[in-house]
Amino acid sequence: MIEARGLTKRYGETLAVSELSFTVQPGRITGFLGPNGAGKTTTMRLILGLDRPTRGTVTVNGKEFRQLARPMQEVGALLDAKAVHGGRSARNHLRCLAEANNLPLRRAGEVLELVGLSDVAGKRAGGFSLGMGQRLGIAAALLGDPAILMFDEPVNGLDPEGILWIRNLMKALAAEGRTVFVSSHLMSEMEHTADHLIVIGRGRVIADCSVADFIAGNSVQSVRVRTPDPVVLVNAVAQAGGTAVADGDGAIVVQGLTAERVGDLAFTSRIPVHELTPDRASLEAAFMELTAASVEFRAGAPGGPPGGGRAADSGSEPGPGGGEPVRAGGVA
Amino acid sequence: MAATAQVTVARHGGVPASGGRAGLGGAVRSELTKIRSVRSTYWTLTAMILVTIGIGALFSFGHAQAFSQLPAGQQARQSAASIAHAADYSLFGLILGQLIVAVLGALTITSEYSTGMVRTSLTVMPRRGTLFAAKALVFGAVALAAGLATSFASFFIGQAILSTQHISTTLGHPGVLRAVAGGGLFLACCGLLSYGIGAMLRHSAGAITASIALLFVAYILSNFLPGSWAQHIDKWIPFNAGAAIWENVSAPDMFSPWAGFAVFAAYTAVALAAGLILFRRRDA
Ligand SMILES: Nc1ncnc2c1ncn2[C@@H]1O[C@H](COP(=O)(O)OP(=O)(O)OP(=O)(O)O)[C@@H](O)[C@H]1O
Ligand SMILES: [Mg+2]
Repeated sequence: MIEARGLTKRYGETLAVSELSFTVQPGRITGFLGPNGAGKTTTMRLILGLDRPTRGTVTVNGKEFRQLARPMQEVGALLDAKAVHGGRSARNHLRCLAEANNLPLRRAGEVLELVGLSDVAGKRAGGFSLGMGQRLGIAAALLGDPAILMFDEPVNGLDPEGILWIRNLMKALAAEGRTVFVSSHLMSEMEHTADHLIVIGRGRVIADCSVADFIAGNSVQSVRVRTPDPVVLVNAVAQAGGTAVADGDGAIVVQGLTAERVGDLAFTSRIPVHELTPDRASLEAAFMELTAASVEFRAGAPGGPPGGGRAADSGSEPGPGGGEPVRAGGVA
Repeated sequence: MAATAQVTVARHGGVPASGGRAGLGGAVRSELTKIRSVRSTYWTLTAMILVTIGIGALFSFGHAQAFSQLPAGQQARQSAASIAHAADYSLFGLILGQLIVAVLGALTITSEYSTGMVRTSLTVMPRRGTLFAAKALVFGAVALAAGLATSFASFFIGQAILSTQHISTTLGHPGVLRAVAGGGLFLACCGLLSYGIGAMLRHSAGAITASIALLFVAYILSNFLPGSWAQHIDKWIPFNAGAAIWENVSAPDMFSPWAGFAVFAAYTAVALAAGLILFRRRDA
């Protein structure tokens, strides 16, 4: 368990994190989400005692990190894959870490096998690709078989297979009852991985809730449907209490109904469905909207809230590509 | 979760729960592995040994040559003084050897910063004083062992060359063993001084430059001081103070061997203390 209370860190003029209070619980993956410069890395450095907080405290299992008897057996951390001496082989790198905490040296071989680096164990880490470096960092984090794991943007530089691998690894670690604290700046990444979310912007906590609650509270229910018989579907949706709008690309966007409900409606109306997609963008949009006020580096002029354009309606000015809004009542 | 089930972190019984508190012992073993597992250690130590021996041999050879060309009467008069200085001639290479061990001393800590390794090192050993001490102990021991080997090898090779003119000395002569062993102590101290500076500056190039300035440039500049100043200041210059221990014949106005070495060791202690304070206090 990680507990932060009023955690504040100032670098000269920059207030990197401010009055952070949160608890990271065991047995689940806690996603630490925030745009660039929000203070995620700073928070993790404070947890590890690499930086000293300006104010406030952060403890790991009730103790300051520096006080932990055997740090590697309590916390494993991957902050950045570059934190390795490039002239040392992967095996020797892990070996010197293991020795520092009196861990059996066989652990080096075990974790190398676990992350799939056994074949390059004797190679200099400086020659590793970004993905291999990331795996070596994860091996180091797992070396002490710790109950708490912390990963700062672990999927950076990984290929799709590597991303899947790390997702499964994190899920397995949480399923074993460990605390997994993982940062990301992509909601779409966390949505599939995390159980709980702590969202920060400009160094402040702006949401601390389960992923399910976040989705329920922030996403506009919308489902994209493609069917050769849109009129029937639009009517069925209207009768079920939803709204349907043509998205200008030949599909219909349904709001107010779940994907399951829309599928059932199509089935009972006996019309074929070529696509049925719950709209993921809405969650990313909700995240961006939530953090918009706190984004440090912003491009362009302020416009409407992201995703807000979908609210356009009324039958005037049909778009060029058949983008004419389809209102349920109007077509009937 | 079928795919995830095969990810078992602790395979063969995992990690024993009671390994004891991570302390200095583990940190020392860890640092020993670190220093042994990078090539730069071997290159630098080899360079130190070869350069020091080479220059000592060259200097001894030059002196033997000059001696051989003296007329017989002058040789007889000069012989005793030459023998008294024989150890100094053979150890003269230390003047460059000190710079190479300083490079290694600085790199021991600055390479952790340049590679980012320091963040990993501090997450496995967050007690910074322990980490700093382990590094100093391991590097100090390595530098002392290599320094003694360098100093004794330089001495024996230099004496072999000087013996061709019968102006060599032996370890049995008064002060000679102290001077030769002192050469090793001097090198270890130079390395540790530079390690302290490295901890303060955290930058390889900056720390190496500062160490060379302190050990070598200050010595060169001191030679340009007006005579009246030189009398009082010269002996306090780090190189002059440190070199007192490996000079069999003390130069005028200089400290006695052990007093000079004590001054040099005090400089080293100051650099180490300042390095430790900053290492503990600063964000890594
Ligand atoms: N050592 C430092 N000195 C000065 N400012 C710093 C330092 N470290 C971080 N900052 C500043 O603190 C703020 C938070 O940075 P941090 O790296 O924690 O953000 P982040 O959430 O990890 O961002 P990213 O997603 O880009 O990794 C930024 O404004 C950054 O410029
Ligand atoms: Mg970051």
